[in-house]
Amino acid sequence: MSASVTSPKNVALFVTCLVDLTRPSIGFAAVKLLEQAGCTIMVPETQTCCGQPAYNSGDRKSAKEIAAHVIRAFEGYDYVVAPSGSCAGMIRYHYPALFADDDTMMVAVKTLSEKTYELTSFLHDVCGYAPEDVTLASSLTYHDSCSSLREMKVEGQPRALLKNVEGLEFREAEDRAACCGFGGTFCLKYSEISESMVDTKIDNLLATKADMLAAGDLGCLMNIAGRLKRRGSDMKVVHVAEVLAGMADGPGLGEGEG
Amino acid sequence: MQVESRRFKKQAHEALHDENIQKAFSKVKTGFPVNRAKAVSELPEFDDLRDAARDLKNHILAHLDFYLETFEEQVTLQGGQVHWCSSYAEARDAVLKICEAANARTVTKGKSMITEEMSLNSFLEEKGIEPIETDLGEYIIQLAHETPSHIIAPALHKTKDQVTELFHEKHGKYGFHERLTDPQALVNEARSILRQKYVDADVGITGANFLIAETGSTVIVTNEGNGDLTQSLPKTHIAVSSIEKVVPTLEDASTLLRLLARSATGQEMSVYTTFSTGPRRADDIDGPAAFHVVLVDAGRSELVGSDKQDLLRCLKCGACMNHCPVYQAVGGHSYGWVYPGPIGAALNPQMVGLEEARHLPNASSFCGRCEEVCPVRIPLPKIMRLWREEAFEKQIAPKPERWGIGLWAFFTKRPALYRLATGLAARLLHAMGGRRGRISKLPLLSGWTSVRDFPAPLGKTFMQQWKEQKGAGK
Ligand code: SF4
Repeated sequence: MSASVTSPKNVALFVTCLVDLTRPSIGFAAVKLLEQAGCTIMVPETQTCCGQPAYNSGDRKSAKEIAAHVIRAFEGYDYVVAPSGSCAGMIRYHYPALFADDDTMMVAVKTLSEKTYELTSFLHDVCGYAPEDVTLASSLTYHDSCSSLREMKVEGQPRALLKNVEGLEFREAEDRAACCGFGGTFCLKYSEISESMVDTKIDNLLATKADMLAAGDLGCLMNIAGRLKRRGSDMKVVHVAEVLAGMADGPGLGEGEG
Repeated sequence: MQVESRRFKKQAHEALHDENIQKAFSKVKTGFPVNRAKAVSELPEFDDLRDAARDLKNHILAHLDFYLETFEEQVTLQGGQVHWCSSYAEARDAVLKICEAANARTVTKGKSMITEEMSLNSFLEEKGIEPIETDLGEYIIQLAHETPSHIIAPALHKTKDQVTELFHEKHGKYGFHERLTDPQALVNEARSILRQKYVDADVGITGANFLIAETGSTVIVTNEGNGDLTQSLPKTHIAVSSIEKVVPTLEDASTLLRLLARSATGQEMSVYTTFSTGPRRADDIDGPAAFHVVLVDAGRSELVGSDKQDLLRCLKCGACMNHCPVYQAVGGHSYGWVYPGPIGAALNPQMVGLEEARHLPNASSFCGRCEEVCPVRIPLPKIMRLWREEAFEKQIAPKPERWGIGLWAFFTKRPALYRLATGLAARLLHAMGGRRGRISKLPLLSGWTSVRDFPAPLGKTFMQQWKEQKGAGK
């Protein structure tokens, strides 16, 4: 792990469309953490979305076009890091599948896919980073997004990082490997089924009696926070990057300023 | 079986509001998965076995014709007979002919999903032959005129109270008038009725978990022993099986058996694993005088060599549905055909048509738990995605959905326009969120807001702010 001391890593931030649109603070928290970990951060200007909405809706052609666009936008960096297991998983595992029959693209696809990471695993595994001087007097439970957990194998990393936050009490929820019911367009098309799934998830989260919920994927967080608010709960919902960067004192998702 | 997959959404809606169904399926979460996890943790080589099983199945599928022909030769050598059927209709006729030749009035049946596929029971009834299901779960749903809601626990949707009422209503004619509430007493009552049926039956029909090519044996696994009685007491035994169940050797069968029960119920082995090889020989103490295997293709060979061939590795263990949050929420009947859960979502479009089953591969959050537990590593989400792609291409997916994605993709491919649109959207939605920081109703996102609030954007997009900061010389 001496690399972080000797040569700064050239990291492109994949902001993700949801962070860009709805909660930029997560992007800034990610930048702060990556800089603390000794990286030089770039934000390629032509980035938009990883293409999952098209890919999961069966629109392979659009998904491929968008992927090609992302591949161009992120050429030339040492690493690409996203504050999301889902978007990182799309690039890491599904871009190669999208271009499986396209030899001309394969090298570029592989190059990008191999250097793409989810934020907490990058900080922990690649940078050997641990937060310092971060305090949060709160109890917190964690939701593992399906793509982080099962696709990107991210499970221990956020927990290890959170251990360094002073005053934080970590509480595991029951059946934590279960999906929250987000699933991208799934939660719009099959909202009733999604409702049942998120309610099951929420019952388990609330049973921990933690003050806060964190996760590494904004899609899940928006789904869970939105449902928590609809149910009248005051559990505060934030992204794990905000906690680690000491930026979790403001309003949580779906909370007003006052 | 009648196909009702088109009505998936409506059926799911009803199931979500049905207290009994919710109660019954909430048990799935805590039962099977917990037992499976325990069984798996006790077998360190479990994942290696899964790899071996996947490779074995792939090998078989690459040489399916060879192993099926070898199987037939062996069955014939043993004095049995194999009937090749390309469709359900052919398979039903083959069964009927055998029953007629045996002058059958009643047949006992072991649990078999393929006979559910081909609606064998109603067909036999029409022909004046009474089929009697002997697996307890199947027996219950046959009495209730219902269909299975789980592939290994067909009556999973029934609560104990419902079974009490059902037996009370239907068992009076056998002289049972008491309303039983103790589960064991209910089982005993059903068993005592079935006992006579085994003896009276002219033909016994079972499915097959495996067909062993080298010996010409069929294998079934049960926990009740009903399969043994079904295939050994009547004079004629018919094993109905789909073609992909064949395995080369006994040893191969045992590889798969080690995975099957652990994946299904968390048992090391099912209570009964029964091999049956040909009709009764002179020195056998029991067994049928005639032994038939009805081999059913019904669309499966079309899968061989296709991008969905992996489906044919399925052992019908049910692990994927046991771990599926969608199945746990909506139960088995919502899927509208024989196979529910992830395997149904991936297989049914092939079997009943994509237009009919369009919802099934779409109604998944792609959480990936099914693939994680499948003993033969079928990439179920990937196959569901292939169906989504086919539906999109063939314009089976609804227009608003396709146009919505098209419009979104148009912007996503054009960063400058995208920035403009997201900048506007962020401001607008932020304003709509007001002091509450959330939006309760969004006309274009009613799928979202019907269930949850929409956490309002914070105002400016990340890209706007980043640009401003950089402009300010950050
Ligand atoms: S798809 Fe896999 S998990 Fe599901 S029933 Fe078949 S073998 Fe079991």
